[in-house]
Amino acid sequence: METNETRKTLLEVKDLRTYFKTDAGVVKAVDGISFKLSQGETLGIVGESGSGKSVTNLSIMRLIQSPPGKIVGGEILFEGDDILKVPESELRSIRGNKISMIFQDPMTSLNPFLKISTQMVETILLHQDMSKKEALKKSIDMLKLVGIPAAEERIHSYPHQFSGGMRQRVMIAMALSCEAKILIADEPTTALDVTIQAQILELIQELAQKLDTAVILITHDLGVVAGLCDTVCVMYAGKIVEKANTDELYARPSHPYTDGLIKSVPRLDKAQNGKLFSIEGQPPNVIDLPPCCPFHPRCSRKMEICTKQYPPVVDLGKGHEVACWLYAENKENSTDE
Amino acid sequence: MTKYVIRRLLGIIPTLLVIITISFFIVRVAPGGPFDGERALPEVIKKNIEAKYHFDDPLVVQYGRYMFDVLRGDLGPSYRYKDHDVNFYIFQSLPNSMILGVIAISISIIFGISSGMLAAVKQNTWVDYLGMAFAIIGISVPLFVIGPILQYIFAMRLGWFPTSGWITGDNGWITVILPAVTLSASNFGTIARLTRSSMLETLRSDYIRTAKAKGMRSSVILFKHAMKGAMLPIVSYLGPAFAGIITGSVVVEQVFRVPGLGKFFVQSSFNRDYTLIVGVVIVYSVILVFMNFIVDIVYSLLDPRITYK
Repeated sequence: METNETRKTLLEVKDLRTYFKTDAGVVKAVDGISFKLSQGETLGIVGESGSGKSVTNLSIMRLIQSPPGKIVGGEILFEGDDILKVPESELRSIRGNKISMIFQDPMTSLNPFLKISTQMVETILLHQDMSKKEALKKSIDMLKLVGIPAAEERIHSYPHQFSGGMRQRVMIAMALSCEAKILIADEPTTALDVTIQAQILELIQELAQKLDTAVILITHDLGVVAGLCDTVCVMYAGKIVEKANTDELYARPSHPYTDGLIKSVPRLDKAQNGKLFSIEGQPPNVIDLPPCCPFHPRCSRKMEICTKQYPPVVDLGKGHEVACWLYAENKENSTDE
Repeated sequence: MTKYVIRRLLGIIPTLLVIITISFFIVRVAPGGPFDGERALPEVIKKNIEAKYHFDDPLVVQYGRYMFDVLRGDLGPSYRYKDHDVNFYIFQSLPNSMILGVIAISISIIFGISSGMLAAVKQNTWVDYLGMAFAIIGISVPLFVIGPILQYIFAMRLGWFPTSGWITGDNGWITVILPAVTLSASNFGTIARLTRSSMLETLRSDYIRTAKAKGMRSSVILFKHAMKGAMLPIVSYLGPAFAGIITGSVVVEQVFRVPGLGKFFVQSSFNRDYTLIVGVVIVYSVILVFMNFIVDIVYSLLDPRITYK
């Protein structure tokens, strides 16, 4: 997607580090990740559970529970300002207004004690100069936009009167009601039925295009990424191990982990005989990780150096970056990045 | 909803009948009787007394007669206090206990909920530790210790309040404060701890995270988004607590010389004063059953997921 380079950068995450202090030690949930998001772009962040995808995005919104969590380093530049440094009041005018979020579990993400109308109207009133009546009208329009039937009546219902898919639609409507520039969707379909998943994803894509919203889509489903995202970051143990635009990534998966992930997706167009491919071993315990490639115990192509040093990030061209010793030119003298 | 209220109110009647029946028979199973004293009465006198109070009738007949009286609103004569009947003693002392109890539970609720919420919001700071220290003191230090300490400090040393007495006496309403504070202590502690834990749980819930992600102010999140859910456990605790507290406390009544109902709870049992025991039990049950009913109604008002048909 060449257009991305010409479009304005909206969000730039630089060397973000979010650590959690636990009794067992420091969990480096996010450990020095960087990426850029341009206007209108859809960025996918993939990785298995515990790889730090959600923590990355909660950090962008400064929603990390503290204690135990803490953003210990890095910058998150949104339209030039560092979100990590803005005062609380300014942060509130970004949250829900310029950057909004939808969460994994629609069953628990809406307040069960308040009507949908209350929850939607309060968001709009908070960020936009509108009367209550106008805000209600806008809420109804948003609900219609996300495909809630009989929105005029249903807006006065409570969340428990909606199904899971409908609640996620309400969440999307609420998140987009202030014309946010960035929508962070944290596994928006994980808790939903497969049939509903496709609908919700299509809805996000369609609305993002219509409203020119950039989307960060967090998922562990590579199929979802292939269909929706312009760019993909693959995360492993708190680090981005590979980053490329989607076509490039699927055509040339360079990190052994990415390669393994893509191979382990069941495909209908290729004859499968026998078992589905899987990556051996378990994800690493991220408490007190030694300075080595965290993937090396599971890697089929590991070398001596992988156990000793974290690999440098190598640019393979066209913005395709990979953190792996296989591509590092000087394997002996590289310092730990 | 109206249908539900009517059905619940009608349901109270059989509940009470069962309670009356059970307590009527249980008190009679206990050894001894109202006319047994240190010195055995002469046989003839005892016979006469028993005849007067119909103790010589079969138990079932006595039960039938008692039930009939209760249904007409007459709780019968006291077997120990000769001057008045049970109705008189209860309705003379119950209002005092209720006044004291309502004030005490209000203190518990106001201070319990506010310190519980403060402790939750400022979790693991000195505010939290201080509030919870007070809560633990309220729960664990018995009333007969708190009462005299308050009397010593605030009545004898500082002279702000009278040591004892009641609103009907010379000192008036100021006499309520010390006993009410004493009586509120343990409920304050429990409510503070309940509020803290329930608030902490609510503040960590997904929908609070959503509210934060929408950019809501933390005060709005606390009072508009978290309050309702966090109050549910406190409401269900309050029903029985309220019933317990407004029916009086022997200890507080003794320490502060409050003419309340609590005294009769204990005295009537010692005296085997059958009618007074059952009378007090009936009053307590009516209040308890009614409070539970109120709790259910408040619950449905707080939580839209609960509907009664």
